[in-house]
Amino acid sequence: MANEVYEEILKAYPARREYLVTAFQDIQEKEGYISEGAIASASEYFSISKADAYSVVSFYAQFKFKKPGKHTIKVCKGTACHVRGSGSLLAALEERLGIKEGETTPDGLISLERVACLGACALAPAIVVDDKVHGRVTLAQLEKILKELK
Amino acid sequence: MKNLESKREASVIEWNEFANSKKARILVGAATCGRAAGALDVMEEFKKQLAQAGLADKVEVVETACIGLCYAEPLVEIRTETTPSILYSNVKVKDVAKLVEQHVQGGTPVKEKAEAVMGDEEFDGIVPFAKHPMIELQKRIVLRNCGVINPSSFEHYLARGGYKGLERSFSMTPEEVIEEMKNSGLRGRGGAGFSTGMKWSFARASKADDKYIICNADEGDPGAFMDRSVLEGDPHSVIEGLMIAGYAIGAQHAYIYVRSEYPLAIERLKNAIKQAEDAGLLKKKFDNGFEFEIKIKKGSGAFVCGEETSLMASIEGVRAMPRPKPPFPANSGLFKKPTNINNVETLAAVSSIMRDGAESYASLGSEKSKGTKTFSLAGKITRTGLIEVELGTKLGDIINKIGGGCPDGKTFKAVQTGGPSGGCLTPEHFDVPVDYENLAAAGSIIGSGGMVVMNEDSCMVEVAKYFVGFTENESCGKCIPCRMGTQHVHMILEKITSGEGEMEDIERLKKIADTMKKSSLCGLGQTAPNPILTTLRYFEDEYIAHIKDKKCPALACPKLVKFKVDAEKCTGCTLCERACPTGAITGGLKNPHTIDLEKCISCGACLQTCRFGAISRE
Repeated sequence: MANEVYEEILKAYPARREYLVTAFQDIQEKEGYISEGAIASASEYFSISKADAYSVVSFYAQFKFKKPGKHTIKVCKGTACHVRGSGSLLAALEERLGIKEGETTPDGLISLERVACLGACALAPAIVVDDKVHGRVTLAQLEKILKELK
Repeated sequence: MKNLESKREASVIEWNEFANSKKARILVGAATCGRAAGALDVMEEFKKQLAQAGLADKVEVVETACIGLCYAEPLVEIRTETTPSILYSNVKVKDVAKLVEQHVQGGTPVKEKAEAVMGDEEFDGIVPFAKHPMIELQKRIVLRNCGVINPSSFEHYLARGGYKGLERSFSMTPEEVIEEMKNSGLRGRGGAGFSTGMKWSFARASKADDKYIICNADEGDPGAFMDRSVLEGDPHSVIEGLMIAGYAIGAQHAYIYVRSEYPLAIERLKNAIKQAEDAGLLKKKFDNGFEFEIKIKKGSGAFVCGEETSLMASIEGVRAMPRPKPPFPANSGLFKKPTNINNVETLAAVSSIMRDGAESYASLGSEKSKGTKTFSLAGKITRTGLIEVELGTKLGDIINKIGGGCPDGKTFKAVQTGGPSGGCLTPEHFDVPVDYENLAAAGSIIGSGGMVVMNEDSCMVEVAKYFVGFTENESCGKCIPCRMGTQHVHMILEKITSGEGEMEDIERLKKIADTMKKSSLCGLGQTAPNPILTTLRYFEDEYIAHIKDKKCPALACPKLVKFKVDAEKCTGCTLCERACPTGAITGGLKNPHTIDLEKCISCGACLQTCRFGAISRE
């Protein structure tokens, strides 16, 4: 994205440190990740060093530094999902997609992530495909979901 | 609050129309768990079917939140002119046509899908809700409105006594409110269990022009979803609690720090704050001079924010690392101002306590643990969901009577309480009353209230490894005992679950755990070894089996278990062959299959799909 777009987002907030994380959240929502340009724009706007801005972004699990794929599959690794077999779901997805968690397929179609807990524990194991939460996911269902994405 | 009184009268009429009239109505539980089970598709189907039947303007379809019976989602309530409201469970899109035809149009409930009657009396052989096995032992105070009201309706909250707690607080001095809170015996429901009234009194005593109050809604414990359900189902109860706390300590500003993984909760909160502002409750000076504003701050995925000083650092826009105390937040917290932090459930309880009085709350619970506590039941338990019981309820009653024990005839092995900071409890604890003191004596904690059940198929060493893997990931890295300690115990457990452990490892684990407990900077590191220590205390034999026999008794550790096909039972249907993600199974149609153990990752896909019991593990 061009710097003007970052500036547009940043301008919505007073140039005070407490808005730094919120501004990055907005940028990621719009662009899908935090680029070097975004860090440069934000550090200038908030009058902090780039290293300082980067240290904050890199601390929080939410922020990504690479452009995500067209679709994102998030596998919940909460305790309830874990004891109900989310490890197998993740292993199967890694095999099927040929990537590891945190990576994107070479064609840019699917990103695979894992999240700490979605809070849908009663319907474990759960995964999120784009914005839709799927509960009680079986390996067979996973195949169906993958087919729909392709 | 005169302007609220006129609104309340109108709200009561609206609520009665909604809850008590005989007008036909369909309620769909559409909180996150309902949605995960497909509630939104079911809701659309109802609208479609009703339109086709020409009933679209006669039968209202309303979205509600979680009533707690998550295992039975999607849940739908149908009321008609001739029948009371019937709660249906596991409603799928294909069930909708029959429900509309037989119940909505025909006036006869579909008994095989019915879970309960939402009333006091049995109807057509269907049990009343209060007698439902999951509900009977519960005492719902914090969850009083969840799944009952429309969570987007300010009027519903008001009609059911909402903001009366705030009104009653305004009739007292802040000091009297704090005294009332002390008398109620309420203790922080976020995990630490510290007296809420005491905590408020410290922040009250701090002198400053500006004070802050923060609602910690960054529910980080994996396996816990109490706060999410309250925020999604009854957001005003938290807002009212925040206002009362603000009045008591003299704070003007509030933040609700909520996980970004909870989009629906954020949406409901934003809506509720707007409603409270429009009603003149927020951002407007009351006659007594009290003025209050609430901001939402989205978390960014850092478990360490469960620690107060980390959470405040996060709001200030820096890395969320804890700092040594003192100074305590009550003296120097957010932006160096006196700050008080309470969690969601605590605040939802506050609004109820201030409405009904400390005495009625303190009459519930055990001697030192007063009132009620919500728990999320998850894992290998029949009735998963959200419950609220009196503190002091026996563990066995929660697991077996409310939760219905383990499904599929499997044997209960343990329940992990308190998340990664907690520990496990076993069948020998079934008679232990669940309260702060008794769980601590058993080596665990109540924590925020997550309960994850494990059965004979769960390996306790693997579970301990899972938890320290989690805390290792979430350790902020500031202090060495936590940063290095979690890494080392994780490595040792990895070694043991791979069959490469040695007996000395058990002593090493205990030694590192002891160091971490004594010398970590914050609660995260101090409690991280708990899952190891309790599994060692109750399941040392499992550790020894991994180390000495190189075997996982639960057949759960991938590196110690081999899958094989019973050629006699295998029909050659190829289901497992197609399900195997690594192509380890070969055989082809009508031939007995074989598994290439070199390629097998022990994911269990074949075991899940085989219909003939031909796959076994050893």
